[in-house]
Amino acid sequence: MTDPKSSAPVELLTFRLSDQEYSLDIMCVREIRGWTRTTPLPHAPSYMKGVINLRGTVLPVMDLAERLGLPPREHTDRNVIIVVKYEETMTGLLVDAVSDIIALTSADLQPPPDAASAGGPGVIKALTLLDERMIRVLELSEIVPTPQSDAA
Amino acid sequence: MSAPDPMAEIRASFFIECEELLEALQDGLEAMADDSGDLETINVVFRAVHSIKGGAGAFGLEGLVRFAHRYETVLDAVRSNTLVADGDAIKLFFRAADHLSDLVRESRDDGILPEAEGNAILTELDALLGDHGVAEEDEAEIEFQPLGLSLDLGLADLPAPAPARFTIHFAPEPELYETGNEPYMILRALAELGSCEVTCLTDKVPQLTEFAPEASYLKWTVVLTADVQEAEIVSIFEFVDGLCALTIAPIPSDVPAPQDVSNDPLPELPEMPDLPDLTPPPAPAAEPEPAQPPAPAAKAKATPQSAAKSVVRVDLDRIERLVNLVGELVINQAMLSQSLESSGLSPHSDAMNGLEEFQRLTRDIQDSVMMIRAQPVKSLFQRMSRIVRECSAAVRKDVRLVTEGDTTEVDKTVIERLSDPLTHMIRNAVDHGLEPTQNRLAAGKPEQGVVKLTAAHRSGRVIIEVSDDGGGINREKVKQIATDKGLIAADASLTDTEIDNLLFLPGFSTASEVSDLSGRGVGMDVVRNAIQALGGRITITSTPGEGTTFSISLPLTLAVLDGMVVQVAGETMVLPLNLVIETLTIDHSNLEQTRPGLNVVRVRGEFVSLFDLGVELGYRSAQDSYLDAVVLLIADEGGSRAALIVDEIQDQRQVVIKGLDESFYRAPGIAAATILGDGQIALILDPSDIIAQAQGSTLAIAPNLMELTS
Repeated sequence: MTDPKSSAPVELLTFRLSDQEYSLDIMCVREIRGWTRTTPLPHAPSYMKGVINLRGTVLPVMDLAERLGLPPREHTDRNVIIVVKYEETMTGLLVDAVSDIIALTSADLQPPPDAASAGGPGVIKALTLLDERMIRVLELSEIVPTPQSDAA
Repeated sequence: MSAPDPMAEIRASFFIECEELLEALQDGLEAMADDSGDLETINVVFRAVHSIKGGAGAFGLEGLVRFAHRYETVLDAVRSNTLVADGDAIKLFFRAADHLSDLVRESRDDGILPEAEGNAILTELDALLGDHGVAEEDEAEIEFQPLGLSLDLGLADLPAPAPARFTIHFAPEPELYETGNEPYMILRALAELGSCEVTCLTDKVPQLTEFAPEASYLKWTVVLTADVQEAEIVSIFEFVDGLCALTIAPIPSDVPAPQDVSNDPLPELPEMPDLPDLTPPPAPAAEPEPAQPPAPAAKAKATPQSAAKSVVRVDLDRIERLVNLVGELVINQAMLSQSLESSGLSPHSDAMNGLEEFQRLTRDIQDSVMMIRAQPVKSLFQRMSRIVRECSAAVRKDVRLVTEGDTTEVDKTVIERLSDPLTHMIRNAVDHGLEPTQNRLAAGKPEQGVVKLTAAHRSGRVIIEVSDDGGGINREKVKQIATDKGLIAADASLTDTEIDNLLFLPGFSTASEVSDLSGRGVGMDVVRNAIQALGGRITITSTPGEGTTFSISLPLTLAVLDGMVVQVAGETMVLPLNLVIETLTIDHSNLEQTRPGLNVVRVRGEFVSLFDLGVELGYRSAQDSYLDAVVLLIADEGGSRAALIVDEIQDQRQVVIKGLDESFYRAPGIAAATILGDGQIALILDPSDIIAQAQGSTLAIAPNLMELTS
């Protein structure tokens, strides 16, 4: 990802999780899908919602709010699945609603104060302000576990 | 060599070619062995060895070249009719071919070449030549024997073993240049053989105004004086075979100094009349000579033939991708037809007709794509013929392998994973299946035992059978051993099939003494596990005195699975059909509780642990009552059994297997997934995992007779 000290332009996809605003670098977003029923995996951790059929590929879907430790809530029709690709792995992230795409420069991003990281160290990569609202920029590598790192 | 990568690539393709050549070699030898071969057969065999030698030389694989060269020499003797290839010789040729393939493999893997074995075979090969009078390797000397004899004619002042002389006319076609060949290299290679006198014929070169830069105008005439055989000269031109007009003619040998050659041949001839008394010695020499020229001719003929059946080598990954895409297409088509049907369209509407056509095309595409992955079982069978040869030699039995249907095509992965179990079964057939020679003779059977390996397609599956014409299964003995080992009760009454199936129990071995070959603790149970892992089944039929047949039935591909679609706690799941033994319903008479929380179901006098699949998968909590529940009796590869409660059995159908990304989380009891017609994903269960994970798994489920009967 981009070096926060340079002023390279960054585009972020912002979305809401339990009334909080989060964002991801748009370069890792492959597509956005409406909510479909997932096939649950037996004995999976609660944030693992199961798998869905993404044009013939079996795509694992995780509830991003639960993954970040936010309280579980009811799913609505506005819930969407953001399909992200990190390294070679495709994952679906269930979010409450997608808001916007914002263009910033890296200079607009500030590193989070340590205490601000809600989901454990490193999950929040940076913070930024948009119309006086705080937007959290997520570090995808901390959310999407690489092989072996998070095998339950 | 400056760039190692292209070299490595060429080297790799050389070894791929070697595989094909070795296969052709095997084919040819087999044709020779059962006399179905013609003149061309030995040429094919010879060329195969020769090409391996040529390639090996280019890569500096000394050991391989050395062996191939001497092997080739013997084959050449057969080709030129100086050696008759009888049964023993062909057996030796087979062993040499086996050794050659070992050498190729070791060379490829940079392993250690098994010198000792090679030398033993070479000694035998040389002995073969010795036995048959004229040793081909001495051909060079024999060819010029007249010269030695001509000492009598007062020519003693000539250097005794005068080198051979050849006139070579070499006229490159434009294609020779197009393919990047360089006459200079060829001429230089010739010069390395001996002294060369090269004349370039430039009379075809036109005026500069008419000169076409891409045309080939130059021709060369080379007079070569070298102590070589014609074949060695031919091999220099191997790479430009068919790309040039080439004649190689030996010059009669009783001519003096090479330098005078161009002028002298004719004046020398008058001396020839002296030779008539020498006619007998030239005769053997004359014989190989006419045999030589046909070789390039035959080669030229064979090249267009192999070109006609053109083959493309494709990276397996690309095929994988295509297979995956077609899998998606099939699923998509199923989804489309499902939604069209539910939309209430008239079945005679254009859309529905179009859909039908689409379905047919999809099926055709799927079949064709599966066929790309399919390969004939021939390579596998050839490996087996080697096993038979080695193993019959080890137990000193005369065994012939008969193969049938080796063009039957099976998925590549299946072929790869079938090698080990088949090897084991073939060894068993030779070692245990066939009785010792004296017993065969006593039973009025021919001394030579026959092991038959057949492959055939039957109703969407591949059937591979290994049969022997031995004594059949000694059921008394089998039962005795099983009783001794405590596998069955002493007073158990078993049908013949049940007894035969005892062979599949872990830790069973019929051979009372352990021989070199089998009885290494790897039993038929391992074979059966391997077959079942491929989604196959294995059965035995045996007739006392007539032999035993093991029959393997396999799915055509691993991309598709025969599954039983069931409903569990609102989820659709698929169980591999080959592991489902039977289905039953729970009622008061067969449900028992061994302790709270652990139920067993009684199936014909046997107790099998009962699990609620929904509970085991964590989809729901235990139900109050399981009366009238549907139960699937399953057995995993190891023979462990369990009874699984499901809500409903929906269907039996073929499903396309989709791998699960297990980088986050490996779901216990789940092997893979598939996509149903409605686009939903259904998980494919891994029953052995479920059995192992199940809460009651502390109770060992001993393999027992029940599973054998089904």
